[in-house]
Amino acid sequence: MVTRGFTGRGSSGDHSGRIPPGQHLVENFPVLTAGPTPNVELADWKFTVKVGPKPAKVWNWSEFNALPKTKVTKDIHCVTSWSKLDTIWEGVLVEDILADAGLDRPTDFVLAHSYDDYSTNVPLADLLSGKAMVALKFAGQPITRDHGGPARLLVPHLYFWKSAKWVKALQFTTRDEAGFWELRGYHIYGDPWREQRYTDD
Amino acid sequence: MTDNGTQIVSWQSCMVEAIVQQTPSIKSFFLRLSRPFAHIAGQHVDVRLTAPDGYSAMRSYSIASSAASSPIIELAIERLPDGEVSAYFHDIAIVGDEIELRGPLGGHFLWPEPAVDAVLLIGAGSGLVPLMAMIRHRSTQDPAVPTALLLSARTAEDVLFSEELHSVEINDAAFVLALAITREDPIRASDFGRRIDSAMVKEVLARLHRKPTQIFVCGSNDFVNIATEGALRAGLDPSIIKTERYGG
Repeated sequence: MVTRGFTGRGSSGDHSGRIPPGQHLVENFPVLTAGPTPNVELADWKFTVKVGPKPAKVWNWSEFNALPKTKVTKDIHCVTSWSKLDTIWEGVLVEDILADAGLDRPTDFVLAHSYDDYSTNVPLADLLSGKAMVALKFAGQPITRDHGGPARLLVPHLYFWKSAKWVKALQFTTRDEAGFWELRGYHIYGDPWREQRYTDD
Repeated sequence: MTDNGTQIVSWQSCMVEAIVQQTPSIKSFFLRLSRPFAHIAGQHVDVRLTAPDGYSAMRSYSIASSAASSPIIELAIERLPDGEVSAYFHDIAIVGDEIELRGPLGGHFLWPEPAVDAVLLIGAGSGLVPLMAMIRHRSTQDPAVPTALLLSARTAEDVLFSEELHSVEINDAAFVLALAITREDPIRASDFGRRIDSAMVKEVLARLHRKPTQIFVCGSNDFVNIATEGALRAGLDPSIIKTERYGG
């Protein structure tokens, strides 16, 4: 349906092939969270990989930072309709975390948990092959609290609520268990290119 | 609908029934739904505008009305300096226009059912919109949940729904209104003439006379961070604080 009198800014020129349907380009970096911003001190920070309820390995900040680091440049897409291009992140790829834990593929599904009790589910296949990392730096600097620091999950090919801020654990689950937003009306998978915003999209 | 407010939502067309200038930068748009829904206070709709060349722009807007106004919903939209969709609403949309939207959406920032002991609402500027839906909904409940609203605005004329809020305050002993006016002196002694801070949150909590079991905060990211920090310093549990940050 054409909206009378609306012309809009038009498609985003050279970037048109990089902006998923219904998204618009932003230059700033909006902050969205469901509750207060947690304050996680590096001295208290721990990261755990669990299989079901059982911890497989726990790292403190310096141990985690000793893992191999990877730098990526990615476009990110928030379900609230903004997209940001060429964001630069540095962190530890999920396959490098699992290798250090001595884990291969315990199950096919993962639930990421955060310090603010947020959670989000991602199939394991979407976390491997260089697709995802636990990011420690954004644009060359430590990630600020507002953007999920000290560490956040980065799964840039899915809507950005999957890139859990203040991440503290990856838990292998036998089934695809819905996380925080997935239980509250948002899509179980969240592919921006298929516009999977809400449950039945 | 599930117990957390989600239901299958598809695009529908609605008609602009009325437009009201509320403050220098905010207008209300009353939209008649072609497929009426009953929303929970705090929920939003996604609005989609489509240009003749097929380009479309989508934005989320909180609903200001309560479900009691169905099949007409009210959106109160602030005109942003470089806004694409908000500029369309302010400068182009007229009564009788048709607009596409889907909703109700959102399963977190929701007025609590069943009723809780007390609620604290904190908002800034157009961040009042989802909180106003809650205030309007609570007025239909008996007894109304004891509620305090701390609302920040630049000047008195920037206070959205000012008349209605003052009227609720006068007629409802269980409703506390505190304004934080940041760019001029407040008119009432009970209002604050400064930006929000922890001490202000603490004082408004004291006026509520009981500990809130749910807190809703809506505004810019900086505003929400200060408001939630104030609530945490006052000893409230982070798990009862729900936030919405605009600019996203």
